[in-house]
Amino acid sequence: MSETTYIEAIRLAMIEEMERDQSVFLIGEDIGHFGGAFKATQGLLERFGKERVVDTPIAEALIMGVSVGAAIRGLRPVAEMQFADFVTCGFSQLVENAGTFHYRLKVSVPMVVRLPSGGGVGGGPYHSRNPEAWFCHAPGLKVVAPATAADAHGLLKSAIRDPDPVVFLEQKWLYRREKGVLQSGDDALVPLGKARVAREGRHLTLVTYANGVPMAVEAADRLRAQGIEIEVIDLRSLAPWDHQTVLASVEKTGRLLVLSEATRTGSFASEVAAHVAELGFESLDAPILRVTAPDAPTPSEKNLEAYFRPNTEKLVDAVSVLMRY
Amino acid sequence: MPRRMSADYPPHPAPPVLPPPPLGASLPAERWPSPDELLAIHRSMLRARLVEERIVELYRQNRITGGCYSGIGNEATAVGIAFPMHNEDVLVPTHRDMGAHLVRGHSALEVFRQYFKRASSQTGGKDSGLHLGREGSNIVGMISHLAHMLPVAVGVALAERQKGNPAFVVTTVGDGASSLGDFHESLNFAAVQKLPVLFVIENNQYAYSTPITLQYACERLSDRAKGYGMFGEDVDGTDVVLVVDAARRARERGMRGEGPTLLNAVTMRMRGHSEHDDFKYVPKALFEAWSAYDPLLRLEKRLVEQHLATTADLERWREALGIELDRAVDEAWAEPEPAGAEAARDVYRRWDESWTPPTGAERWGSSS
Repeated sequence: MSETTYIEAIRLAMIEEMERDQSVFLIGEDIGHFGGAFKATQGLLERFGKERVVDTPIAEALIMGVSVGAAIRGLRPVAEMQFADFVTCGFSQLVENAGTFHYRLKVSVPMVVRLPSGGGVGGGPYHSRNPEAWFCHAPGLKVVAPATAADAHGLLKSAIRDPDPVVFLEQKWLYRREKGVLQSGDDALVPLGKARVAREGRHLTLVTYANGVPMAVEAADRLRAQGIEIEVIDLRSLAPWDHQTVLASVEKTGRLLVLSEATRTGSFASEVAAHVAELGFESLDAPILRVTAPDAPTPSEKNLEAYFRPNTEKLVDAVSVLMRY
Repeated sequence: MPRRMSADYPPHPAPPVLPPPPLGASLPAERWPSPDELLAIHRSMLRARLVEERIVELYRQNRITGGCYSGIGNEATAVGIAFPMHNEDVLVPTHRDMGAHLVRGHSALEVFRQYFKRASSQTGGKDSGLHLGREGSNIVGMISHLAHMLPVAVGVALAERQKGNPAFVVTTVGDGASSLGDFHESLNFAAVQKLPVLFVIENNQYAYSTPITLQYACERLSDRAKGYGMFGEDVDGTDVVLVVDAARRARERGMRGEGPTLLNAVTMRMRGHSEHDDFKYVPKALFEAWSAYDPLLRLEKRLVEQHLATTADLERWREALGIELDRAVDEAWAEPEPAGAEAARDVYRRWDESWTPPTGAERWGSSS
């Protein structure tokens, strides 16, 4: 079986869904002739025509609002933000408009917003954002953040078929580094709200998602040699999120470490920690620890960014603290 | 530092007291609405006026709570832009467009249910005011970020074109929302895509307390159209005949593939921003000047002059409609309030109950 990159998995998911359903169309900046800043839409204009691959001016609020308008009329727009950071320009449309239509009027808003997120590529403060917590705090939006090529493929397909607005966080750092075998047809679909156990273990539960997953898996593999078995849970979806899988794992291991590449305060890692503190307290043998970025914008220079971002060493440190209990 | 005296802060410069255009500005005979159309237009304007007068009264009686935004003075524009719309056309209105809602199919009963926040209302008490527009209807339910509805209207037009439907889209903002970036992004893109959209600015002189003199420096807001590469014009927003004609021409233009239109309908907000607002910041002279241009009275004068109605007819219609609306108020008022637990329901179209994380409250002995 040949392996597919994470970004090609995203491109294939869009092609397959556009072929399956006439109502799916793409909208964004430079996505047509140019094929998108990361080439996620390369060749799609030629394949599907300009009505289904809509190039817009630089106008993120417009892209979001047009997607809302098209979605409430029965189409399924897939909007691309060139970088996740620029979603701030369209934030209000997403949070206030897309997120409230169903609650207010039972009007379905089947749209997807793709956000090329995350650091590790020297992008600096305006091309490295991990904005997931903002959207997890916005009722009415669903949020997914795949870490593997198969999940990027399967979750994007599920997101496009979902009747609610879905914020799809894709990782620039994984675009061409992460590869995997894709399933075909409906076997490829990955359900929203279902975590994946990336490594089984009995000593400690490490919950993470997106860019955190390869760091966590590397730490787990390294520590296994020392006799420490870490269970790595890849959440895949953040809203809804699979609290049951997390709680069941903590019940087994008694220790919880949460890893997020985003900044610390109010992060999704904090939400997982709070939930387990409330409902899994009696299973815990140690405090819950979080490994996150510090509360600062993402710096650009490589030493600064290396200090800023979580990594395997920081995880190994945190695990050693927890294993003392 | 010496304290500044209030004299350093003179009141905002008020908008000029306009001598509105002469009654019955020249319109070629073939573009006049027919007698039947004029009477239908009058019925809608009268209904909008009386529904809103009741809403103001109910607010005063504390039977309506929260924001209460009236379109009194705006009936000619709201009815005039909606009247020429076809069944398949889509309306994306804002909060002073009672007349447009009524023309396009919402009933007075639905409006009163919504204002009373009844379980039976379109939003089930989760939202209020004129935020009406169910799935499957050709009216889109606004949010309070008024300018945000403009990109949505453009998206509706794009979707209908993609589906192959020959639908026209009519959307509105006030002079206030015309200052937001959404306005620029939407008009620009609609023109690039040549989408059949009528963008209406209901230019009623004030955005809450801020007069137009502090909002824009151009002579006419319709002049902006040229910069976007679309047709634009001003219209006397208190003369329904002229508004209907402008909206008809915009539709014809859009359906011929000539793209969007910007219509600056000049009118006056005859009440406060919301009913809690005593609008003392509006100079008396401005009110007096505009009072002579009450859109409903202008149309009624014309109906009498053209022998389409007598003053006795007008009185009779008003009375009969009043009785009908009082019944609708009573019916809506008697309907049940929503149950509290509805507050967390229907956030999503598809949601599995297993996805909702338990709060843990049951462990602490809470009954909630």
